[in-house]
Amino acid sequence: MNKIPNRQVICETLLELARDDRDIMVLASDSRGSAAMAPFANAFPEQFVEVGIAEQNIVGISAGLAHSGKKPFVTSPACFLSMRSIEQIKVDVAYSATNVKLIGISGGVSYGALGMSHHSVQDLAVTRAIPGLVVMLPADRHETKRMTEALVSYEGGAYVRIGRNPVEDVYESDNYEFTIGKAVTMREGTDITIIATGETVRVALDAEQTLKEEGISCRVINMHTIKPLDEEAIIKAAQETGSIITVEEHSIHGGLGAAVAEVVVQHCPVPMRIIGIADEPAIAGKTAEVFNHYGISATNINRVALEMLKKHSSV
Amino acid sequence: MNARMSNTELKIKAAQIRMDLFKLIYTAKTGHTGGSLSNTDILTALYYRIMRIDPANPKWEERDRFIASKGHSVESLWCILADLGFFPKEELDTYSQFGTRLIGHPNNKVAGIEMNTGALGHGMAISVGMALALKKDGKGCRVYCLMGDGEQAEGSVWEAAMAGAHYKLDNLIGIVDRNRLQISGSTEDVMSLEPLEDKWTAFGWNVVSINGNDMDDLVRAFEAVPTVVGKPTLIMANTIKGKGISFAENVAHWHHHVPNDSELEQAMHELTALIEQLKHEGQV
Repeated sequence: MNKIPNRQVICETLLELARDDRDIMVLASDSRGSAAMAPFANAFPEQFVEVGIAEQNIVGISAGLAHSGKKPFVTSPACFLSMRSIEQIKVDVAYSATNVKLIGISGGVSYGALGMSHHSVQDLAVTRAIPGLVVMLPADRHETKRMTEALVSYEGGAYVRIGRNPVEDVYESDNYEFTIGKAVTMREGTDITIIATGETVRVALDAEQTLKEEGISCRVINMHTIKPLDEEAIIKAAQETGSIITVEEHSIHGGLGAAVAEVVVQHCPVPMRIIGIADEPAIAGKTAEVFNHYGISATNINRVALEMLKKHSSV
Repeated sequence: MNARMSNTELKIKAAQIRMDLFKLIYTAKTGHTGGSLSNTDILTALYYRIMRIDPANPKWEERDRFIASKGHSVESLWCILADLGFFPKEELDTYSQFGTRLIGHPNNKVAGIEMNTGALGHGMAISVGMALALKKDGKGCRVYCLMGDGEQAEGSVWEAAMAGAHYKLDNLIGIVDRNRLQISGSTEDVMSLEPLEDKWTAFGWNVVSINGNDMDDLVRAFEAVPTVVGKPTLIMANTIKGKGISFAENVAHWHHHVPNDSELEQAMHELTALIEQLKHEGQV
């Protein structure tokens, strides 16, 4: 089991790139510890800006820095960054078109036992509604590295959500094709498609294994970019497999499931199921426990898939 | 570079800008009249005397930056940018019309506008970021951020104020257009701001209080910056909302009142008389 959290990978990747690119800056809102950014702050104090516990300020200041040619990476808890600063994200980043990278740390239900104030399971819904903003979630540490490199090269605003704890690898290495806005087909399949994002990609892959044992050919798509959405991959999956299940660490409203459904209903209507956090203050617990509670598990995906396929074949 | 006008020329220019913006709002039938009138002298001093800018090269790296945090008072700014040649004067006719770039708030699709503003309480944080980047790059440029007084109720203003002092940004100049009126009435009735100067001082800024409709005061204050090395400057520009047009002065509903025919006529009459008087004084 991998022991390196994604936040540490972001720090290491930025440390490496910041040596040659003095415009890369990291900002923290008293969050350098939780963002694992202390090594960056120590190595490049001139490229690190602390703003204190002030999430609106961190985004506004970053927009000003970006306007003057800097490449700011904001590292702040996803729950606050995506809510407290959403107007700054909308106006100062997206509307003014500044090159600000927003890294929402400890996202989803990472802060499981701390309650709804610290969960961020509405962040995809709000950020993906903002024009021009890229929205992404890496599935593991390898993807986090590729995503961070891509963010440095990309000119424009982006929101990336990562979790707090290490996640099991879904890639063998970082040697694969990563493009912003281009989904990765993790497993080919013909009977049904599971589309997942972020840490739920691991769960989708586990489900694929158990379905394979039952003789079901399941496609697994890692939708690491929620916006711009890879519509082509979704339409292809709908046409070729006939059923789609989405899995996300987010409210069942407005996130990956909604984004996929918008494409499916308009371009290739097929049966769909959306698996995510119910529309309620999420239950307290460790990530795995919370996931299980809401059916973000291989067992539940398996059950839903079999039910959909049974219905499909009985028609 | 800018025109570097004399104080008398600046006063005449301010009166002309007031005429322009009044006509602009009259024609478009929309606008924030009172606030644009109260900040006209501030903007005129900055754009025609104080700031290093080049209308022919709006992205000039060595330029001073201006952020209109009180973005709704944009009419005076549009008139000034047009007058300086950032965009053709004829384009002013499109103000607030369908599909225009000249909307009711600063729009960075227009040359001379750095950032989109309009949501109050955003400008100072952006300005802090700019001033910080300019310092890090060793550039001598300054950042001017114009805020409204009603805007001071936004908590984000104070987050940014703290950061400006923390990072010792003496290249940052905040200006409060202290006209004491906001849309619902007196700022002190809506949400008490006083003692406002003490608040900025307590947040680590060097506060300079002036008459923000007095050109001599404005020029003197801006030319003295930075008054304290290592501290950002806050210019408390005590102004009159609706300044320069007798019947609009200190009347809250002129916040976004649109002049009718007779009001337009009277305003033009008053401002023309003022310009004549200033020209006459200038010759003496």
